[in-house]
Amino acid sequence: MLAIPAYSQEVEMADKMRSEGKIYVLVWIILTILAGLVVYLITIDRKASRLEKKLGQNKDL
Amino acid sequence: MRKKLSVVWKTLSVLLLIYTIIGGLLLPVPRLDIVNETIRALYFHVPMWFGMITMFTISTVYSILYLRKPTSDRDIVAVEFAHAGLMYGILGILTGMIWANYAWGSPWHGDPKQNGSAITTLIYLAYFVLRSSVDNREQKGRLSAVYNIFAFAAMIPLIFIIPRMTSSMHPGNGGNPGFNMYDLHSSMRMVFYPAVVGWILLGIWIATVRTRLRKAEEKILDMEYEKNN
Repeated sequence: MLAIPAYSQEVEMADKMRSEGKIYVLVWIILTILAGLVVYLITIDRKASRLEKKLGQNKDL
Repeated sequence: MRKKLSVVWKTLSVLLLIYTIIGGLLLPVPRLDIVNETIRALYFHVPMWFGMITMFTISTVYSILYLRKPTSDRDIVAVEFAHAGLMYGILGILTGMIWANYAWGSPWHGDPKQNGSAITTLIYLAYFVLRSSVDNREQKGRLSAVYNIFAFAAMIPLIFIIPRMTSSMHPGNGGNPGFNMYDLHSSMRMVFYPAVVGWILLGIWIATVRTRLRKAEEKILDMEYEKNN
């Protein structure tokens, strides 16, 4: 059933959005959110390391 | 050495996720009816399940290790990985509902895989309820380790077996075409596999940080206990 229409150009895709370059807006926004979350996770990670040092646990996972 | 290694895989995780977002949105995908551009959700929705299963597997391994030799560290690792797995499971259900609303017409279709993953989520939620209902630390550890192993055993038929035996709308189940449908374009594999690894590593990162914080907390509690007695 689904096998036939696989590769026709008639299937509607976001071609216009891509040709206008608006897709990059999305790419940047999502990357910014990822960057923010990763930086946040790194600060928590560092906090854990500091706490371990204080407790003399020195176990880096 | 250990610290260097952790920097390596954490960096790898971030790089793979950056690549997932850029490649996932920009690289070509097959032009298919009905799913259209939403086929790109595969890069984000499916890795949630791979992440969940990896986290639950690690959790189960530590529960088995705990039963062999009960240490509070093993208990903590089991809990935190189950926790991260549950997070991925909930994200998997939510992203699936968004996608199903578009591709199938409604967010909840009673699809066997949807129901199976919902039941799995409930089973794992009960794991945390069970833990919080026992005060004694050793009893809590032992009971929840046993339960955790059963929870994992229950997940496998719910997610992997039942959907394949009945008619599921998920690709690869109930006689539906599997991944091959998407593999018309090899570029989908080029994004999908790195995405899976990236999300798994991120889950491990979150779980290990929480494990370390929990161990520190435990140590503080022990120190307080010794001081007071």
